[in-house]
Amino acid sequence: MKRRTFLGGAMAVAVVGHGSSALAQQPPIKIGMSMPQTGGLAGGGKASLLGIEIWRDDVNAKGGLLGRKVELVVYDDKSSASETPAIYAKLVDVDKVDLLFAPYATVPTAPIMPFVKQRGLLLMGNFSFQVNSKVGHDMWFNNAPWGPADSWAASFLDLAQKAGGKNMALLTADQEFAQNLALTARDVAKKRNIPIVFDQVYPPNTVEFSSIIRALKAAKPDIVYVASYPPDSAGILRAVNEIGIGDSVKIFGGGMVGLQFAAVMSNLGSLLNGVVNYNTWLPEKSMYFDGTKEFFDKYTKRAVEAKVDPLGYYLAPFGYAMGQMIEAAVGATKSLDQKGIAKYLRENEHKTIVGPIAFSADGERKETATLQAQFRGVKDKDIEQFRSSGRQVILFPDKLKTGELITPFEAARN
Amino acid sequence: MDLLLGAVVLGVLLGCFYAAVSVGLSVSFGLLDVPHVAHPAFLVLASYGVYQLNESYDIDPLLAGLAITPLFFLFGLLAYRVYYETFERRGSDAAVRGIAFFFGIAFIIEVLIILQFGVDQRSVSATYIGKSWRFGEFRIPIRQLVAFAVALALTVLLAVYLSKTFMGRAIRAVAQDEEALRLMGANPVRIKQFAFGIATAVLGIAGALLIIVAPVEPTLDRAYIGRTFCVVVMAGLGSISGTLIAAIILGVAESIVLTLFGASWAPAISFAMLLGVLAVRPQGLLGR
Repeated sequence: MKRRTFLGGAMAVAVVGHGSSALAQQPPIKIGMSMPQTGGLAGGGKASLLGIEIWRDDVNAKGGLLGRKVELVVYDDKSSASETPAIYAKLVDVDKVDLLFAPYATVPTAPIMPFVKQRGLLLMGNFSFQVNSKVGHDMWFNNAPWGPADSWAASFLDLAQKAGGKNMALLTADQEFAQNLALTARDVAKKRNIPIVFDQVYPPNTVEFSSIIRALKAAKPDIVYVASYPPDSAGILRAVNEIGIGDSVKIFGGGMVGLQFAAVMSNLGSLLNGVVNYNTWLPEKSMYFDGTKEFFDKYTKRAVEAKVDPLGYYLAPFGYAMGQMIEAAVGATKSLDQKGIAKYLRENEHKTIVGPIAFSADGERKETATLQAQFRGVKDKDIEQFRSSGRQVILFPDKLKTGELITPFEAARN
Repeated sequence: MDLLLGAVVLGVLLGCFYAAVSVGLSVSFGLLDVPHVAHPAFLVLASYGVYQLNESYDIDPLLAGLAITPLFFLFGLLAYRVYYETFERRGSDAAVRGIAFFFGIAFIIEVLIILQFGVDQRSVSATYIGKSWRFGEFRIPIRQLVAFAVALALTVLLAVYLSKTFMGRAIRAVAQDEEALRLMGANPVRIKQFAFGIATAVLGIAGALLIIVAPVEPTLDRAYIGRTFCVVVMAGLGSISGTLIAAIILGVAESIVLTLFGASWAPAISFAMLLGVLAVRPQGLLGR
């Protein structure tokens, strides 16, 4: 009797085991990417990766893609453009991944564009800015809400001109992303006859911004457009607070990367007040779609143990959305054929937790969904305040708007 | 003219800060010939120590820097002993292999910081951070004035210690002629170990200044490795007062370039000046 029970049990285990092992024995679908996990972009990179990992776990819980488990193959690119070409060559030629996601940010992504174009590979972009404009790869799809190249600068300058701004100062970091932003800002300013009275490019590793801000202030600009990277944004705002920027300034900000991250926002606290800056997702009613709340519930729990950005608004939901788009495309085409997936992505609108996404021919969003928002009423050392609405009032786009610009900049700071 | 004057004032303040973060290296590399490329990583580690004390116990960053100084002294003693036993004692190419050792230490420190604190920027709060003193239209950030005063005091104290005290003179002696010191019955290894401890202890205060001046992140050491070695070599190896002078020259030059000629040129300044000084005085500004 005992023996029969044992055998029966063993057979049951074998049957169940056989069923699940049949699924498990199918090779997983490998998605390869590099991600900045050290260096200046690591804060964003880790949050983005967590978003992608949450999607992987969700999709695997639903049975995977094409009945196969999804596996991520991830390497640290140290925020460096020099690391990514070798990593992506390894992902394709050694690891033999099925699909590629780009690393977070423009700088590490730019050098891999020629490679993916040459090999005819699909690349899901991850918050790069205009890396495909010259390469012209037709299998590139950026998850970021940027939209047409000039829309970012145009929306900021729209607000600035409405506030009475007539000339502009441009302060930009000497790297790919910020330079691309500056380029479009110069173009838009030229088209609108806005003279540029100060135009400086600062190098990476600049320690102290007081001297630069003094020089900027001396130019007496109305509009100050800043395109900076995370390590510098805090230094610039601190120097602005200490040195002052002058009463002429109607609007300040635009393209400061870093002010979207909880640690930086918490550190800067009230220094943020008045700054008008771009953002991608904010906890406002109009920005919740199917699955958004559930995603943030999971993210908030996992962010603590992963020691990443506790808010995760800027990148994490877009990492998840990138996975959702691949999930939809693979499900619809029922294959991993990269050309077929690219065709599907190009021709359809995709429902994601950050709203519907449709691509134009260059692989960027058809319409910009980049927010311009003004910091208001921010207190020092309080991360939780950013979870409630109203701390960043959305000024653009109109359909998501939650308030009007307070100007001049000095008045908005108080 | 106002801009130039402002640039010079801010440059002097910045220069004194550069002196504070370089003066420990002036002892370890300049006097002891230890290829201490992990110096900026030790500095960033000190900043995180200060951050932890400030965040958890609300201790003023400067006091926190002072509090971790004894720990850093012990850390320095240990680091030198490991370096001596594994590299210096074993032969003439110790310096070359020592570079690999200290690079390894720097990477380990970086990874440990990431594991403990994550990759986000960290900063401290104090009443003097984020405010400025106003002189008419001209404003000076108070955090820079604090860094200036503390850096100046630190450099002067270290210079006095090395020239006036018995142990300080012993450290200078070991730098000049280790063999002669051995013949006098002193143990040069112990003196060098003590000196390395002092050089590391100084980083407690320097780390506090680093996080007072700007937020820190785990890989910030890479931004300082060039600057600190440039200051020490330009000063003349082992010259503490030279370190202060070289750092101020560098700070003023950087500030003027940032203000008047464009920020893109600033990084080239350190090394252009270093090359210029070495071409005229190969031993550095105050080197013997």
